[in-house]
Order: sequence, then C-alpha cells, then structure tokens
Amino acid sequence: MALLRITSPHTQRAGRKTSWVMLMVIAATIPGLVVQTALFGWGTLINILIAVAAALVSEAIILKMRQRSIGFFLKDYSAVLTAVLLGLALPPSVPWWLTVTAVSFAIIFAKQVYGGLGNNPFNPAMVGYAIVLVSFPVPMTQWLGSADVVATQDTLSFVHSIAAIFSSAPVIDGYTMATPLDAFKHKEGLMSSEAFASVEALSSGNLSSWFYVNMAYLAGGLALLYFRIITWHTPVALLGALAVMASLFYMIDASNAATPYFHLTTGAAMFGAFFIATDPVSSCTSNKGKLFYGCGIGVLIFIIRTWGGYPDAVAFAVLLMNFAAPFIDYYSQPRAYGHKKAKKGLKIGDSQ
Amino acid sequence: MSENNLADSATETTKPATDYAEIVYNGIWKNNPALVQLLGLCPLLAVTSTVVNAIGLGLATLVVLVGSNIAVSLIRHYVADAVRLPAFVMIIASFTTCIELLMQAYTYELYQILGIFIPLIVTNCAILGRADAFASRNPVLPSALDGFMMGLGFMFILVLLGGMRELIGQGTLFSDMSLLFGDVAANWKWTVFSDYNDVLFAILPPGAFIGLGILIALKNYWDIKEKARIEAQKEKTAPGSKRVRVTGNVA
Repeated sequence: MALLRITSPHTQRAGRKTSWVMLMVIAATIPGLVVQTALFGWGTLINILIAVAAALVSEAIILKMRQRSIGFFLKDYSAVLTAVLLGLALPPSVPWWLTVTAVSFAIIFAKQVYGGLGNNPFNPAMVGYAIVLVSFPVPMTQWLGSADVVATQDTLSFVHSIAAIFSSAPVIDGYTMATPLDAFKHKEGLMSSEAFASVEALSSGNLSSWFYVNMAYLAGGLALLYFRIITWHTPVALLGALAVMASLFYMIDASNAATPYFHLTTGAAMFGAFFIATDPVSSCTSNKGKLFYGCGIGVLIFIIRTWGGYPDAVAFAVLLMNFAAPFIDYYSQPRAYGHKKAKKGLKIGDSQ
Repeated sequence: MSENNLADSATETTKPATDYAEIVYNGIWKNNPALVQLLGLCPLLAVTSTVVNAIGLGLATLVVLVGSNIAVSLIRHYVADAVRLPAFVMIIASFTTCIELLMQAYTYELYQILGIFIPLIVTNCAILGRADAFASRNPVLPSALDGFMMGLGFMFILVLLGGMRELIGQGTLFSDMSLLFGDVAANWKWTVFSDYNDVLFAILPPGAFIGLGILIALKNYWDIKEKARIEAQKEKTAPGSKRVRVTGNVA
C-alpha cells in the first residue's frame, strides 16, 4: 500500500508557522482549563505545569541524543501542546510521578522514537494517557468530585492540591469519586433512572459540572474552527456518530442505556472531538477521509464506553483509528483537478 | 551412502579447523538468537515477566537446544535431505517432552506458571534453525558448543528482559526464586524500591515488546560505536600517503 504524500494542511497559509498553530491550540484550551480549575480545584493547573516541564526536559534530552537543534524544535511548542493536552486529560489528583511518566513516555516513545513532530503515527498525548491508564488504573479512575457534590462542600485548596500531588499518601477519600461515565458503567443492575436518582456521581450537580467542562471545550473548539486551524469534518463526524449510536441504543433499550445527551456532555467527548482527534499528524488528511476517521472514533467511543473495561474511551478510540488513518487516506484520495474520478485501490483485472 | 560419507569427510578435512571462539562469539553476541536472529520471540515476549520465569524457560530451551544439536549432528549422515526437517522436529519434540516431564517432577509450580510455553519449545525457531543451519553440517563437538552458546545467548536476553520487567513492573528482583532453586532461594527476593506502585504496563505483553526493542536498539548502538572505533584505529595505522608527481617538470 503506497502512502499518500499530501502537504500538511496546517502550514499552507502564509505567515502561519507551526509554533503559531500550536500556541493557538494551547490558547483554545484555556476556557476548558479555567472551568476545570474552577470546578475541580487547582490540580489540573499543577498537572499541566509538571507536564510541560517534563515534556521540555525529555524532548531536549532526546533531541540532544539525536543531535538535532534543541532550541529550534523546542520553540515549535509541539511538546508543550502534548503536555497541556495530557495535563488536562489526567485526573486532577494524580501524583506527580504519574504525570511525569505519562508525558515522558508520550514524548520519547510516541513521538521522538518515530522521528519527531510530523512522523508519529499515534497521537502522543493519548499514548501517554493510555500507558498510565493501563499501568495505574486506581489513581487514573478517581476524579475529584465537583465543589457542590463532595461531602466537605469545598474543592481542594491550592495547598491541599500541592500536598495531594506530591505526597505518596492517597488523596482523602471524601474528595474523590468516580466520574459520571465510570459510575454509570458500574451501576450494577440499577435501571438508568434509578442510577441517576441514587448514585452520587450521577447527581445533577456533578453532571452539570461535566456539562460546563464540555461546553468550555466546545467553545475552544469553535474558536479553532473560526481561525481555520481545524476543519469541521472530524469533530462533526465524531460527535454525530457518537450521537447516532447513543440514540440508537437509547431507542432500543431506554431503561439501561444512557441518553445521547449524557454521552455528549460527560467525559472527554468535546475535548476529544476538537482537540485530540483533530491532530493533523496522526489523523487523516483529505476531507472525506476525516469524515470516515471521525465516524470511526465516534462509534468506537460508544462501543468502548458501553461494553469495554475502561470508563472513558477517547484515548483508545483515537489510537485505534490512528492505526487505520493511512488505510483511510489510501481509499479516500481526492480527485486531482482535471482528472477523472480517483482510483480507489486495485480492482480485479487492474494489474494487467 | 558411502560415497556421501566420503564426500562429506573430504570436505570436512579440507575445511579449516573449527573456530570455537567464533562459535562462542556468534552465539552470545554477533548472531544472538533473540537480538539478531529474532527467533523464538513468542516465549521470549510471553514469559519474561519475572526473572525466575525467564531462567526457567531459558534453562529448558538451553537443554533442548544442546540435546537436539548433539542428536542432529550424530544422525546427520543417515537422514535423507527430503525428510530431514520432520526428523529434526521429532528429535526436538522428544527432548522437549523430557524437559517437560522433568520440570513437572522437580519444579511443579514453575511448570504450572510457564504452562503452554514449555511444550511450545518444540516450535521455537531458534532450535530448529540451529539444527538445520549448524548441527546438520558440523561434527558433534562444535554442534554441542553451538547449541550451548546459542542457548546461553537466548537465556541471557530472557533473564535481562525478565529483570527489566520485574524491576519496572513490581520494583523487585529475583522474587519467588525458590520455585526453581528450592528452599535455599527463599530469601533471595530483593526489594529494590519499597512502597512501589506496580507498573502493570511492564508486566503485560506490550512492556516486553518495548523492552526488547530497547535491548535491540542498545545492541545496534554498541555495534555501531564499536565499528566506528575500529575504523578510527585503522585510519591511525595508515599515516599520510605519499604522493607521486605525474605532471609538470620534476625540479
């Protein structure tokens, strides 16, 4: 299978450097970061700071070993963006060494081993996330309860957050709880309506904080669309496929399935759709390919959320579709101007 | 057959004497089954989650490899080319069965842990590869040495990978060595990091893939450095070449 060579879309406009694009994406995460910090305490911000430091150090070490220009590659901010995305995705209460492990693995094994920015077949942030999710399932599935839900009626203060992240003792149980997705997955024979009425993590207060987080990422994503840093194809296809799957199974069995609204406004749905799946390096390149790619991620997110072993599915869904991206690219080759319909692979008899 | 024998002995006598140092070097380093030939990866990746598993499987493979090499070398003149592979596989299978029964008798728990991977030694390409590529063409002694060194090289990598994965995965080394060495080894467990969070990733198969990748990369790096060093030495021994003037007038 021949790999396509298409000019990466993000560098076509005059004056747009890689560093500008990366900084714009980082800027677009700010609404989500603000909402997460307001609702879940300072942990996310501290995670991001640790992650950025670890990313820059590991990137610099590997660039030095590869005898590349350190300053030039650090100034494209791609490592910083990976670190920021990972810091946002990790639960706010994870210990510092977990963040460092995730980020250094993402930079070294998912990015630099393949040859640095532009050569990585997988989304580095999601590789780092998947590694720590597989390795340390306990801290990775505890999320802080939002301010109006946890028993103490108070999110972790700044000092408490620092203490939680840097001490080896586990975070006080009163602060942590499962995410809504996790709680819904483990409702253990309860009907959906009963679960929403009785389980603390599925109370309307906690659900509304996740709604705000997702809306903040939606706002950031729309800004990216407005500045034409991403195209609409991947996010729309992803969210559409997720909504269609969720509606389908909600219509079949409303008593046990969650509503499409629940699927779209909890977990990392919006974050994944606008910030993770749209990575120009590891996703598809043609517009048609992006539609297939987004659809695949949306369907996989629903499948893994509903029948898989882990609470949220964005990381695994994105990684699986990253595998498929070159294949999709091959079969969604755009028609060159002035030519007939593009060839779609080999037909029987083509080889003669 | 006698003609064959004659021809064979003739070629053997004309061949230079077997270089035993070369066999050792090939087995341990240059042609290492795990790092260079990349044979037998299935057990290598599957059972190296701890040092004791690695030693157990490494020893079993080593014994089978030496035994099969000796046996194949002994019968090399009497097996027709067309049926040599089935014959080799039968020999390897017999030795594997012996090892399996021995492990069942003496290290039962380890036998249970290693499970299907002991019978699967039969399918280890490193063993069949050595039988076909070396033992069927060489006398008994070099074949035995080759089997031993290849087995040692394989076991060395198994143990190294097992150590890496056990250290990263559980923060210990040499745990449960009593499974293999009896009660003497009950206290061999070395807790390198106390209060350690298990890294499941290293214990699961993906950790083995990445660990082996790192080992192969390190070996290639070492070889490149070594080659560069030898090249540099060669250049030093040849000081500035002399020029001969072929144009113009000689003053």
